[in-house]
Amino acid sequence: MRLTVNGVAHELDVEEDMPLLWVLRDELGITGPKYGCGIAQCGACTVHVDGEAVRSCQVAAGDVWGAVTTIEGLGRPDALHAVQAAWVEHQVAQCGYCQSGQIMQAAALLAENPSPSDAEIDEAMSGNLCRCGTYPRIRAAVKTAAAALREG
Amino acid sequence: MSRIGRMARRGFLIGSAAIGGGVVFGYWRYRQPLPNPLLDGLAEGEAALTPFVKIGAEGVTLITPRAEMGQGATSVQAYLLAEELDVDPLKVRLDPGQPSPAYYNSAVLAEGLPFAATDTGWLAEQARALTDVPARLLGMQITGGSSTVPDMFDRLRHAGAVARETLKEAAAQETGIARDRLGTDDGAVVLPDGKRLPYTALAPRAATLEPVTEVSLRPESAWRYIGKRVQRTDIVAKSTGTERYGIDLALDGMLFASVRANPGLGGGVNGYDASAAEAMRGVQKVVPITSGVGVIADNTWRAFQAVNAIEIDWAAPAYPASSGEMREALKAAMTAGNRDSRFKDEGDVENALFEGEAIEAEYRVPYLAHAPLEPMNATVLVTDTRADIWTGTQIPRFVQKHAARLTGLGEKQVHVHVLPMGGSFGRRLEDVHVMQAVELAMAVKGRPVKMTWTREEDMTHDFPRPAQIARARGTVRNGKVEALDLSVVSQSVTASWMGRMMVAPPGPDITIVAGAWDQPFAIPHYRVTGYRAPEMVPVSSWRSVGASGNGFFHDCFLDELIHAAGADPLAERLRLCSDPLSRKVLEAVAEMSGWSGPRISETRARGVAFCLSFGVPMAEVVEVSRTPGGIRVDKVYAACELGRIVDPDNFEAQVSGGIIFGLGHAMNCELTYAGHAPEQVNFDSYQGMRLSQAPEIEVRGLENGERIRGIGEPGVPPAAPALANAIFALTGQRIRELPLNRHVSFA
Repeated sequence: MRLTVNGVAHELDVEEDMPLLWVLRDELGITGPKYGCGIAQCGACTVHVDGEAVRSCQVAAGDVWGAVTTIEGLGRPDALHAVQAAWVEHQVAQCGYCQSGQIMQAAALLAENPSPSDAEIDEAMSGNLCRCGTYPRIRAAVKTAAAALREG
Repeated sequence: MSRIGRMARRGFLIGSAAIGGGVVFGYWRYRQPLPNPLLDGLAEGEAALTPFVKIGAEGVTLITPRAEMGQGATSVQAYLLAEELDVDPLKVRLDPGQPSPAYYNSAVLAEGLPFAATDTGWLAEQARALTDVPARLLGMQITGGSSTVPDMFDRLRHAGAVARETLKEAAAQETGIARDRLGTDDGAVVLPDGKRLPYTALAPRAATLEPVTEVSLRPESAWRYIGKRVQRTDIVAKSTGTERYGIDLALDGMLFASVRANPGLGGGVNGYDASAAEAMRGVQKVVPITSGVGVIADNTWRAFQAVNAIEIDWAAPAYPASSGEMREALKAAMTAGNRDSRFKDEGDVENALFEGEAIEAEYRVPYLAHAPLEPMNATVLVTDTRADIWTGTQIPRFVQKHAARLTGLGEKQVHVHVLPMGGSFGRRLEDVHVMQAVELAMAVKGRPVKMTWTREEDMTHDFPRPAQIARARGTVRNGKVEALDLSVVSQSVTASWMGRMMVAPPGPDITIVAGAWDQPFAIPHYRVTGYRAPEMVPVSSWRSVGASGNGFFHDCFLDELIHAAGADPLAERLRLCSDPLSRKVLEAVAEMSGWSGPRISETRARGVAFCLSFGVPMAEVVEVSRTPGGIRVDKVYAACELGRIVDPDNFEAQVSGGIIFGLGHAMNCELTYAGHAPEQVNFDSYQGMRLSQAPEIEVRGLENGERIRGIGEPGVPPAAPALANAIFALTGQRIRELPLNRHVSFA
């Protein structure tokens, strides 16, 4: 099986039905996407496939239809993506465990809709659970990131 | 009866433990300096100037022994050390250190005392001081009870100052310039001519010196970090997917595992058939463990699949099987024989209830799961001579002791490497999952094993916040609250947890009534009684512990009485409030919310609630509105008093996060039981709060008190009652049971 993750092609020998999440984490050692529920209820495993935000716990390895981007491919500590920079500026994270998924969800939203309304932000981000309750800062950071991306 | 006599009758934990410690160890032992654990295994040229600061050629390492679970403990500890040591917390290495008695928590036990936080009398202060003795003798290294900042505020600044002055002494000896003429800045001693001697270069000489312990702490006017907005030390890692939690650990040769234990907690295994699992791809070994079966494989998902394929015949545990039976057992326990405490008994409650027209109500809260987003996990490597454990934990010393017992190794042979936690909320005050991983690793000695629970295993095997029932009675007279009598029945969190930690159980359990008996109100006839229910499903501390249920009972019933008296909810709480610091908190939240009574309009209303927990008076006003989709929580105002705000940004995050935690569970969550196990085992049926329900939140912290307080938990207790009181103001419906969505719909 062939999988391209963060621009790197990998040849893999795994079951077709192994969820993409576990291929990333345990076969490729890419641990930014997190396991939280395994049933697409928490969003901690969110990655992009061809730019679309998906729950990697629900995508079988054999069904991956395009290039995969994880949070590690979005930006790095020394080269932050605008969404990550906004997350740092607002100090969104508490435990931080859900934030890889939150950031990937927000990045996909803003790529599709550069000026989301409050209702659109709420709708796009409500599939990502945060047990620490960082939601007010997530809303604020999405707006800051949107403004930064619009200004280029 | 005198206060001393009452204290003796209460037979509370600390007094008895302190006396026990005195008999066994002698007071002299308490006075002995604790050894510096960093001195074991120092490399050539490295200096460990205190248990909290290590300096070698490669740089400065700050030891931050209170564990990071999202509350910002690592960051605040680093900044407190840096305030005196003059290093940049973002540039130095941070390490939680190995478990050690040197890192005992001197503040956490004080919360268990039967003295209200507002009681600053001689006896209360003596008892608080005494809690240092058992904490130190037991080497209780615990993260919890909102105690990190109160425990560490002076201690870490002192450690930073000792390290700084010792480094300056080393520089003085090298240069011949007197120590008091030297300065420090960003990791270097600065000579009068501006020349800089890096700490790393001074370490070899400093290591040969007796640490300089006669130091004075810098005055507030010189602070660079305390009270100012700083960057959390982990914020970049947590925004880039590069923070390494326990579940992310990778070691050479590591195997992956999962377990299935009896869904009835503590029940046994009659037998199992693992033949299908053993034939599955990647499965290396099936291992029977305490109360269950584990699978060791080459990939976590394969371990999950294999565990699911094992057929297991469970033996039922001893506790009641269903929620209905548990509730009946709770109700039946509210009898004189089960009376556990009556720490509040003022005026003549019986007479007031006899003479007045008594208002009566029954309140209930359900079992709740902690459900931190990172499921329980641990990685363990066992050999014949040592064990290494990597995990997120609030109790590293207990992990060390329990693993030593299980493996037959000595405690010093057990090394616990504490990793950042993806949430905890009290969950990782337990270590059953860690011991399961130890059992698996013992079956494949020499290979590290990372054991991860499925979410379903995690929810099924949580030790929940106990369900509680309260019976409340009260009277009003001439527009005022006259009497309040609250009886609470609950399992004992303290007895349940201490049983698992193998520590002697205390007398009365303060957590059964915490958040109710200790509230600063001068109600003429006022009584709070705790009843201890038998142990059922094992229970544990859940963010804000006893106050999470009692705050709801106490404040909502007070709101009922105030309504019956025809008084304004905020004005009457203020009139009754006997603590000046708490009054200021109520006044602040009134001003922030523009309080003008509970009704805002036909479709909007507000409720206020107050709870003093962990020494922090906290008042919250919740505004709600009626929408076509149901009741919407629009806005929350919160004001609290905590003596000193160390990190304003994290303070705001902890309070607003606590409010969302409190509201989300109050609105949407409960664990119900069938067949001894919870019926809610994943986030489809136990969601907490999602972003679409989150209100706007405005927080204000006051700094009028003399004592510094922690803020991880106090935001939680007033949230549920403030919302229930707001719903009453909006709809006239008084909801006396959580979760609220049993009775109303939320937008």
